[in-house]
Amino acid sequence: MEKEYWRWPEYRWSSSDIDWKRGDIISAGVDVGSVSSQAVILVDGELFCYSNYRTGSGSPESAQKVMDKALEGTNLTQDKIHYTVGTGYGRVNVPFAKRAITEIACHARGANFMYGPTVRTILDMGGQDCKAIRCDDKGKVTNFLMNDKCAAGTGRGMEVFSDLLSVPIEDMGRLSFEVDEEPEPVSSICVIFAKSEAVGLLRKGWPKEKVLAAYSSAMAHRVVRLLERIKVEKDFAITGGIAKNEGVVKRIEAELKIKALEPQHDTQIAGALGAALFAKALVEKERGLG
Amino acid sequence: MNVVGIDCGAKFVKALILKDDKVKAKISVLSGFGQKAAAEEALDKALEEAGLKKEDVAHITATGAGKEEAKFARSTITEVRADAKAVNFLFPSVRTIIDVGAEEGRAIKVNEAGKVVDFAINEKCAAGAGTFIETMARALEVKLEEMGPMSLKSQKSVPMNAQCAVFAESEVVSLIHAKHAKEDIVRAVHDAITDRIASMTRRIGVEKDVALVGGMALNVGFVDSLKRDLMQELIIPEDPEYSCALGAAFAAQEKAKGG
Repeated sequence: MEKEYWRWPEYRWSSSDIDWKRGDIISAGVDVGSVSSQAVILVDGELFCYSNYRTGSGSPESAQKVMDKALEGTNLTQDKIHYTVGTGYGRVNVPFAKRAITEIACHARGANFMYGPTVRTILDMGGQDCKAIRCDDKGKVTNFLMNDKCAAGTGRGMEVFSDLLSVPIEDMGRLSFEVDEEPEPVSSICVIFAKSEAVGLLRKGWPKEKVLAAYSSAMAHRVVRLLERIKVEKDFAITGGIAKNEGVVKRIEAELKIKALEPQHDTQIAGALGAALFAKALVEKERGLG
Repeated sequence: MNVVGIDCGAKFVKALILKDDKVKAKISVLSGFGQKAAAEEALDKALEEAGLKKEDVAHITATGAGKEEAKFARSTITEVRADAKAVNFLFPSVRTIIDVGAEEGRAIKVNEAGKVVDFAINEKCAAGAGTFIETMARALEVKLEEMGPMSLKSQKSVPMNAQCAVFAESEVVSLIHAKHAKEDIVRAVHDAITDRIASMTRRIGVEKDVALVGGMALNVGFVDSLKRDLMQELIIPEDPEYSCALGAAFAAQEKAKGG
């Protein structure tokens, strides 16, 4: 089988400091995205474990798989979880979730936890969409804009280039800076046209790093347009898979002249984390504490 | 008097030789990645077919996205004006021209004199151009030339949600996994591109008669979908992909006559 360069590493993480048995509220969030799925489990609002896997063909199966992976090796079992909230593209298909909440609300709530209450603008760059979200100090959404119609400016666009250039997706950012001089951005917006433009540049003798630089800055430019429409207020944070691509992140920062906050956790878990925080609040409400 | 019209398209370069309003030769060459070389090749082949030498040609006009690459041309004309000239000559009753090529889609409104009154272009998004069908054919493992005839065999349309060609590629794969008949998926693909072309055309207004030109006019599946969507008969010239080259040749003829 050919190497699949776009395939990013899947993994799980769990805290060694938290004993879930002492926890009062165990809440979970599952984010079934179009490309990747995440599960986050909180013990009294503290991050206990999470996992990040590729979404399979069915949402219910993907949700269960990512939940099983998060629990793996923790000796916590799913029946001990008090409340699960589903979010993301496949949120209505999470069979074990008591409620579904939109990913916009969850991302803002999750970013508020991950980056702190000073975050006012979040750029979520997902596998098949891109959202610019404004929120208040509680992580409540005040405005948002979304592109889910066009692959330009989404993870899928980057995956197409990873395959075209035979560069593993996690190396794309670093390699895009290995150029003597920043080239002009690729002129096509459409990923399909950008791809044929890139093939033409490679034939002209451009090294792949230079093509990558040209595509990364075109992508940055595209999402900055979306951000400008919603107006960026500090602090600014980037979530989703592309937040791990420094080639895009640094070019966005340069164009905006604003630095994004440094992430403390995996940037892809923001949606699931927000869902788990909503789940905790819903338990408190049920118990009459909220 | 012999003149040449050359259309440097994204996928093919077309050269057409005109003598006193009559087509003497027409040739299509793959653009590949060297439009300049393809343009020269197309010109040489067309001259050969017509039994002419370069010095027998009074004027050459270039059009198409890569018109600057035809270095030997003495003038250029926009694709919109070229289409208008060609279609007005062939079918003076046409008021709306739809031209769908490999990487562009155009809708043009002309008056009875063949003058362009209004137009709309998509050159930004593959979902509204012929490339869309090519990308989907690859995902479906169907030969490009079989896409049209296969679409006509469909009994029902399956809904397609994706607008973007990249997203549609994955959607098509899931439709195959969901065991939908291939011809029904192919029909959905044609309906999807039609939806984009028809709404672009409606933006300038659909006035009778309506002509369809460009390489996509050769795709019977697309023609069928577009007729249904616009609820209009479509006038399609013989060799519709040469529309712009023919229009450019008319422009060359005018120039040669001192126009």
